[in-house]
Amino acid sequence: MVNRIALSKFQLDALVEVGNIGMGHAATSLSKMLTRKVQMTVPYINFLPVERLTEMFGNVEALVAGVYLEISGDARGKVLLLFPRDSALALADIIMNREVGSTTILSQIDQSALMEIGNILIGSYLTALNDFTGLKLRQSVPKLAFDMIGAVMDFLIIEISSVAEEALVIETQLTEPTNRIKGYVIFLFDPGSPELILKALGVDK
Amino acid sequence: MQEPITVRIATLKVVSEPSVLVCRGLGSCVGVALYEKGSGIAGMAHILLPSEEFSLKKDMPEKFADKAIEMIVEQMVEMGAIKSRIVAKIAGGAKMFISVAPSADRVHVGERNVHAVKAKLKDLNVPILAEDIGGTRGRTMEFDTKTGRVKIHLADKTVRIL
Repeated sequence: MVNRIALSKFQLDALVEVGNIGMGHAATSLSKMLTRKVQMTVPYINFLPVERLTEMFGNVEALVAGVYLEISGDARGKVLLLFPRDSALALADIIMNREVGSTTILSQIDQSALMEIGNILIGSYLTALNDFTGLKLRQSVPKLAFDMIGAVMDFLIIEISSVAEEALVIETQLTEPTNRIKGYVIFLFDPGSPELILKALGVDK
Repeated sequence: MQEPITVRIATLKVVSEPSVLVCRGLGSCVGVALYEKGSGIAGMAHILLPSEEFSLKKDMPEKFADKAIEMIVEQMVEMGAIKSRIVAKIAGGAKMFISVAPSADRVHVGERNVHAVKAKLKDLNVPILAEDIGGTRGRTMEFDTKTGRVKIHLADKTVRIL
């Protein structure tokens, strides 16, 4: 098992390529769902050591909506999507066709909508991965938590500690005509899976 | 009024001067506050894991319940505290993502941490004066080492006093 994943530029480029294609799929799906043009970019993608995860966002008490699901099949892992509070609320407003800024608390329906967004985003990424690698991957039913980011993330850090030293972090920016919505996707792959994926991408050295 | 000192994830802090120690954003992690009544000698740990066997990396013993609590008590005694006078307050161990269909084979990590903390405290004969554990919400635990008072802050601004 490779504990420390030092990606070569070549490998990183391969992941970025998959990421961009995946986000392209997601943007198309979301554009349909929200009936407005959605663009998605991946400003940042890399493996980060466990300890750095909560620091990524500065303030561990910042409110976020976290959507959690698990990947199984040819590769296994856990995924956590994080939307900072304002982005989560804006997203809910857009989905529910309300004026952005009108929601201050997420209703049950808003939460379901965010989970659905999570499903679409991850589904798109996994489809892209499947297109590139042939790996068959399934995702579990998502769950949502809306709370301080430290609290939302620490179970993942706990899980990571027993199997790996690093997690794959993909920062995703979702732009639709009037708003910029920020989201982060954190992939925690079970041992063996990162190598499997890189190998399937043909970039495992 | 002291500037609060943040006890970051997987770390601990021991003091002998009146201080305000804070564990922020506790989800499944457990915050442990230890103090000797009256003397102002105190410590706090932001615990991540029950013990070494749950971690790939064995460095940073402070992140384990058993090691961290032991280290704090030892340091407090070195600073002059009487072991039999040390007491504890704990918070955290929440389950942030509720299962629609809970997986029977997976132990809930928050609960596991709480068990390990309680087991170690019992082992050392340190009584737990108060606790705010479990549930599904994150907590920030603010510990006034002079009075022993613990304030739990939730995301919706609710405050509980332990």
